[in-house]
Amino acid sequence: MIIVVASGKGGTGKTLLSTSLALSESNSLYADLDVEEPNGKIFIAPKIEQDQAFSVPIPAIDTDHCAFCGQCAEACVFNAIAIIPSVKSATVYGDLCHACGVCSHVCPVTSAIHITRKEIGRVRSGRRNDTIFIEGRLNVGIPSAVPLIAHVASEASRHSDTVILDSSPGTSCNMVESIRTSDYIILITEPTPFGLHDLELAVQVVKDMGKPCGIVINKSRQQDLIIEDFCQENSLPILLKIPYSLDIQRAYAGGIPLITARPEMKSILRNMLDKIKENR
Amino acid sequence: MKPFKEIVVVSGKGGTGKTTLTAALAAAIPNKVIADTDVDAANLHLLLQPENSIPTEFRGMDIAEINPAQCTACGLCRDSCAFHAVEEHQNSFQVDPTACEGCTLCSLVCPAQAIAMKPRIVGHWIASDTSFGRMIHARLKPGGENSGHLVTMVRLQAKHQALEHQCGTIIIDGPPGIGCPVNAALTGTDIAILVTEPTQSGISDLRRLLKLIDHFDIPVGIIINRFDVHLENSRCIEAFCKETGAPVLGKIPHSYQIIEAISEARIPINLCQELDNTVSAIKDMIAAL
Repeated sequence: MIIVVASGKGGTGKTLLSTSLALSESNSLYADLDVEEPNGKIFIAPKIEQDQAFSVPIPAIDTDHCAFCGQCAEACVFNAIAIIPSVKSATVYGDLCHACGVCSHVCPVTSAIHITRKEIGRVRSGRRNDTIFIEGRLNVGIPSAVPLIAHVASEASRHSDTVILDSSPGTSCNMVESIRTSDYIILITEPTPFGLHDLELAVQVVKDMGKPCGIVINKSRQQDLIIEDFCQENSLPILLKIPYSLDIQRAYAGGIPLITARPEMKSILRNMLDKIKENR
Repeated sequence: MKPFKEIVVVSGKGGTGKTTLTAALAAAIPNKVIADTDVDAANLHLLLQPENSIPTEFRGMDIAEINPAQCTACGLCRDSCAFHAVEEHQNSFQVDPTACEGCTLCSLVCPAQAIAMKPRIVGHWIASDTSFGRMIHARLKPGGENSGHLVTMVRLQAKHQALEHQCGTIIIDGPPGIGCPVNAALTGTDIAILVTEPTQSGISDLRRLLKLIDHFDIPVGIIINRFDVHLENSRCIEAFCKETGAPVLGKIPHSYQIIEAISEARIPINLCQELDNTVSAIKDMIAAL
């Protein structure tokens, strides 16, 4: 089963929860899909076994064969191609290119456009005891994370046992790609107006994608009416409350997993996973 | 030379306190326009309580639409789509709006001319009044794309407001991460304020964000929020900043008063001396530009 931990608001505890979920469940796989700022490795502390570059296909224009007709530039909706016939210049801007293939399709000349590979990040994998670890890490300066997120999610989904995905934050394309392959979504939030506001957006995405979800309240202060009321109105189960605690914050600050700082959480998290699997 | 200064507040890591600090700056800096470029999960308006809001629709990339009446179900669209956005549906095919990037390839390859590109509204930007000045923020439709373009629109509209109202400063609440929305928020700004926290995750994210900002050649100031939660990590950040020449403009302690204020959607001014000092230090940095 593939379970993703997501949130609208950043800093609510996706990595805190997802790393400990994976460490609590034997033979599970943890995948860090927050490829812009991956931090799961700090808590899982795996022995890295593989570290590979990840690249995307980018067109390159051969100016020896190019007719400088400009059809590719005109057809490109992402404005990723600039053709200047007077100086025989044909440039593809890799950062703007979405690798859609339109330019190759419209080009009237054979062998003017060919596909090259551009590295946009790295994929690292390894183990910590019986927990498998995969991380995507976007190269700094690359604007689009989506292809790397999709790739890491796809690799993770090949695992036969429990998969825990640590989502990218937000509610737009990075988060959508992070949750796309999942069977169940855990949305983690905090009991504040910011937390509620962003939870509402995240729930909308989850509903639009037709996936089941449950809520975890982090930094709970027992009475979390601001979130509880919303959950009740929308028939969303509250799976767990993690208390507001400076000790938990300090452990997190030092890179210590939640279940190491609070060993009693291990069985609580396992029970939560069992319940999610039962209700499938 | 621009007639106004643009200050952007970013963090790399989410939840470090960007919006809280931006609100405090909005309350302290006179004659300014406020822009919230965290279009995915905009929160600043919850503190600044904008009024007289006027929304304007924002159009993103077009979306492909398959006409089942003309479709011959050959599947060429599905086979050509680089984004796996075309799926079988009844006796035809349909486009998944969460995956379609609007590239038009399917409409070009379709032998039956059954696919047309349709305009798509992906959100809206909003111009409002607040007690602290004019504000521009935005709402991207949940699951939407083109957040980078919407960020650019928010900034453009903020500039229009600054010119119209002769404001000397634009304060920008930035998005988390290091991707295209952050690039769009950073480009052309005069100062980047980085809010970090003394956690291993925060330190890792700070390094990556600083590497990104290096490309832009913008002066930076670092704020360590909740610095006393982990003094060792906090010292580590200070040492790293000294090495790289990025000044630490403020260290704000963990404060239940600030937390309570935010929980009640109140701007936390005159509650924590260190926060107020940090705001002054940022004001000085702006004045020195």
